[in-house]
Amino acid sequence: MISLEVKNLTKVYPGATKALDDVSFQVNPGEGVVLLGHNGSGKSTLFRCITGFEKPTSGSIVIDDTDITKLSRNKLRPIRKKVGMVFQNFNLTYNLSVFQNVLFGALGHSKTAFHTFAPFASQQLREKAMACLERVGLAHLADRRADRLSGGQQQRVAIARMLMQDPEIVLADEPIASLDPVAGREVMDLLLEIVRERGLAVICILHQMDIVLEYGERIIALNAGEMVVNESIEKLDRTFLDSLYAKEESTEKERKVE
Amino acid sequence: MGNNNENLNKNMPARFRSPSIVTWLCWVIFIAFIAMGLNNANISFERLGRGILNIGSFLGDAFPPDFSRIGPITLSIIETLEMALVGTTIGVILSLPLALLAATNTSPHPAIGTVVRGIILTLRTIPDLVFALIFVISIGLGPLAGILTIAVDTIGFCGRFFSERIEEIDKGPVQALESTGASRLGVISGSIIPMGFPSFVGTSLFAAEKSIRGAAVLGLVGAGGIGVELNTAMSLRNFDQALMIIIFILIVVLIFEKISSAIRKKVI
Ligand SMILES: Nc1ncnc2c1ncn2[C@@H]1O[C@H](COP(=O)(O)OP(=O)(O)OP(=O)(O)O)[C@@H](O)[C@H]1O
Ligand SMILES: [Mg+2]
Repeated sequence: MISLEVKNLTKVYPGATKALDDVSFQVNPGEGVVLLGHNGSGKSTLFRCITGFEKPTSGSIVIDDTDITKLSRNKLRPIRKKVGMVFQNFNLTYNLSVFQNVLFGALGHSKTAFHTFAPFASQQLREKAMACLERVGLAHLADRRADRLSGGQQQRVAIARMLMQDPEIVLADEPIASLDPVAGREVMDLLLEIVRERGLAVICILHQMDIVLEYGERIIALNAGEMVVNESIEKLDRTFLDSLYAKEESTEKERKVE
Repeated sequence: MGNNNENLNKNMPARFRSPSIVTWLCWVIFIAFIAMGLNNANISFERLGRGILNIGSFLGDAFPPDFSRIGPITLSIIETLEMALVGTTIGVILSLPLALLAATNTSPHPAIGTVVRGIILTLRTIPDLVFALIFVISIGLGPLAGILTIAVDTIGFCGRFFSERIEEIDKGPVQALESTGASRLGVISGSIIPMGFPSFVGTSLFAAEKSIRGAAVLGLVGAGGIGVELNTAMSLRNFDQALMIIIFILIVVLIFEKISSAIRKKVI
């Protein structure tokens, strides 16, 4: 299992918005971290840096003993394969079948795409995709087009696709923000169960405080791009967390680099 | 209060605004062109009157249409359809990779994108009859020149609309596949082509309709198809045969439009 280390990470967007300001932390194998912070505090930017979609201005990100900030697109691919993503808006290929979407989780296993096309995929890969779907409770909908599912079901398909990828770290960017409270809680339970049974590390961006307290082992909070909290959850109490959010909201402003 | 009102009125937008010099200049040039054009066309009531009489006598000669040469004409209608379909298919197949090279979000390099967009633009702006003339000169009379013309014309049309569609594709699903460690090819075939597919099919069907109409006149410059027959009938003043050819073209184009709109409804 791999660990993740972020060292002195700073990201300044063109137009001089400082989205991340000297952020450092480490996530150990199998650890569950909740990432907090108000809108625009830099959470998604941090994720995009970790997956190599954004080049940080300075600092380093070490995954599996490799500093990924220096890697070319092709060298990034094997690292990306180890980092599974779950998104707020699911990001499926909506006009294809659920089964096909899950198979695409295995795209990183080869340089071409042919081995993941449902009609041509190996029996072994097809069985694995069905097992992933079974794990999220959607095996019976394998043949349905992805856009004919409810939001909760679509997010389960996205989780199955992530499982197909065999990641070692999971980054979830507000995975339940576009679901209703009931479906959201079900998806969150499922995601956490899966992550624990496979011993995966997870960083999850969440805004629902009661869920945060239930699931997180450690909390990292960003405020205006700076890391303001990095503590195990036992050392924090609800009132402190609530006050953190209230304070963050009151200081919301455009940040410019001097 | 009164003072306040005056201040407000000062900021009130005027009812009309005098157009800028550039706008005036454009209008003057436009009107001058129209005037010159009408003048050069040598329009007179006498000529218009004669034209109407001539059309009348054409129609008089054309009715009833002459169905005696229905055999050879059917064959050349089929040749026209074949030219259109083969040319469009080749064009569509070549358009997809070109569009992927041209679209800003899939192009391997901005310079390649600019060059390919330039090629597509050139193919689109040169009229198809000009290409037909070039191909007739370089490879000779007949349907092959027509097929190449239509293929080139289709690339100009589909290349543009495919690449515009590719540029509009939702970034989320694309990034989701990239983050699984997929290669560029994997992302293109796993999300860009499937998401663009309905639009690609629709555009290709429009291109085919356009090609059938285009193929019908390519024969006028010797590039095969029904146009050759039409040209002959017209220059021999066999207007009854010409009318029959026109009716045939009409029927074929209408049938194809029906089929293509049925397919389009199914895909979208
Ligand atoms: N591509 C970009 N170009 C310029 N500025 C950007 C870009 N992406 C994000 N930003 C800015 O960087 C800051 C951090 O954005 P980010 O999306 O990381 O916040 P977030 O914490 O994920 O917010 P939310 O809770 O709303 O998702 C914001 O001020 C945002 O405007
Ligand atoms: Mg965000």
